[in-house]
Amino acid sequence: MASRDVVVGARIGLHGRPAALVVKTAAAQPVTIKIGKGDKPPVDASSIIAVLALGAHGGDTVTISADGEGADAALDVLAELLARDLDAETEAAGA
Amino acid sequence: MPELTGLGVSPGRTAGPAYRMSPPPTLPGEVPAVADADAEKAAATAALKFVADELTRLSGQVEGTAAEVLDTESMMAVDPTLADGVARRVDAGRPAAWAVTDAIAEQQEAFAAIGGYFAERAADLADIRDRAVAHLLGAPMPGLPAPGEPYVLVADDLSPADTALLDPAAVLAIVTRRGGPTSHTAILAKARGLPAVVGCAGVLDLIDGTPVAVDGTTGAVASVSTADVEGIRAAAAREKARLAEVTGPGRTRDGHPVPLLLNVGAAADVNPNAEGIGLFRTEFLFLGRTSAPTVEEQERAYAEVFGALGTGKIVVRTLDAGADKPLPFLGLAEEENPALGVRGLRIARDHPEVLIDQLTAIARAADTTGADVWVMAPMVATAAEADAFAAEVRKAGLPTAGVMIEVPAAALQAGKLLEVVDFVSIGTNDLSQYTMASDRMNGELADLLDPWQPAVLELVARVAAAGRAAGKSVGICGESAGDPLLALVFTGMGITTLSMSGSVVPAVRASLAAHTRAECERAAEVALGAPDAVTARRLVAEAG
Repeated sequence: MASRDVVVGARIGLHGRPAALVVKTAAAQPVTIKIGKGDKPPVDASSIIAVLALGAHGGDTVTISADGEGADAALDVLAELLARDLDAETEAAGA
Repeated sequence: MPELTGLGVSPGRTAGPAYRMSPPPTLPGEVPAVADADAEKAAATAALKFVADELTRLSGQVEGTAAEVLDTESMMAVDPTLADGVARRVDAGRPAAWAVTDAIAEQQEAFAAIGGYFAERAADLADIRDRAVAHLLGAPMPGLPAPGEPYVLVADDLSPADTALLDPAAVLAIVTRRGGPTSHTAILAKARGLPAVVGCAGVLDLIDGTPVAVDGTTGAVASVSTADVEGIRAAAAREKARLAEVTGPGRTRDGHPVPLLLNVGAAADVNPNAEGIGLFRTEFLFLGRTSAPTVEEQERAYAEVFGALGTGKIVVRTLDAGADKPLPFLGLAEEENPALGVRGLRIARDHPEVLIDQLTAIARAADTTGADVWVMAPMVATAAEADAFAAEVRKAGLPTAGVMIEVPAAALQAGKLLEVVDFVSIGTNDLSQYTMASDRMNGELADLLDPWQPAVLELVARVAAAGRAAGKSVGICGESAGDPLLALVFTGMGITTLSMSGSVVPAVRASLAAHTRAECERAAEVALGAPDAVTARRLVAEAG
């Protein structure tokens, strides 16, 4: 099982636009990615409800993990996305 | 049906069949047995897919934040976690509609436990549940009715999402049981030019399809015969045409000028033929931001609005935010009573840089466009606050500084405030809220929030008198300035300008043009002498 610890870059946390982007990206990967925070059991990263229910704020550390072929590459993609300040970026694009 | 009465909040008359917002479906008391679990799961999946598609379709009809909210809600409807929860419950013997209801209740609890923004998503889940259950039970879809003919929309109250989706071509008028003069319903109806009545008890008892006449000025809602509908609409259209014939600047019949200005929130609201802008709300630049907009970004946005107006003055209100309209980058603490907390000018106590940047940007935009820009601060309570604000405005190179009168303390001290500023503008929405100790958003208190309340009128008269004594401008920029009868009362008190939504300007212009200044003064005396708000309005209307 491959895994990565990532600090959430979106200052508003994993909700709104950042959460939707992360979930859509996770769902597009060839492997199932789990995401967890603290003591809570890891959840399906392609579920918007499960990701919202993590209640992850900006600066929180989350752990993503996956099994199987392509797991490392998929985790790299998602880790890079999670670390970015997605809210500021979408705002700048929309301005 | 006896005639119903509420608070008229958006003028105009019309008639048509009344249709209520459909209430959410309720599950039958008896739970049917599950014969085929796979068929129930398939039905639940199909219903949730139907909801997701419907939400995506609705999202395509709107823009910005409203579209994002609907898109995320659509994703939630076909979410794998929700699907798992539904399948588990069907396996435990619950039919599709019950399984969806239970699975969503579980997720709502999880969101509520986190709190804050996440807890608000529980309402999105409730909407998904209501739509899916209605689909499964064959019940009417909750939300706006679609009777296939223009109709009078009847609702308990309207949410921002309802108002975003409302089709102004299909809706003739809006009547709500709750809601006050400054509710979403009132502001939306005025912006769209739809007659509206709020706080109308008994209106939900109307049977769908009943023809009713609605008067958005008097607040009367009466059932009429179908044969009369056409006649009422034709008379209203003639009345509207008659009002539109009165043109030119705002003035009384004997020529006393009362400039009619616009309340705007963006360049799109500006009518180049207006006499000026009496309230430019600048919040749109700040709301939903995680960092403050730069001086350059603000300058561009202000210049766009300044440039959209042909001639006339533009009164800019500096940032009006607080715990009720939170801005993440300010890091304001949560408050027990946000309306009484750190909002408006009070934010500058801890964040002077936000005000200084904004004034810098306004001054630069004024320079590049050559516009006649006045600046005022919201939520001022003392002459010392007004003095400090005026100093900052002048330091930024802007010549005309003023303050809003929204707090009773400021109204009582208007004379002292006018010694240190060049003008004042009365925000009757907040002045009513603070004078009557009644939350603006609490629809049950609509009667207390009525701007005809004698105590509120007395404060307005006091500020007008202070303005006359100082020889300085005293405007009104609350929703009440768009009431054609109150416009006479305010003019009679000596108020110098009235600022309102563009859609109500013709009615106010026509009302002023039909009365002399002496008649306005008489109307002010009558209103100030009345024992209560309802009597005040009736006496002024009768004198009309």
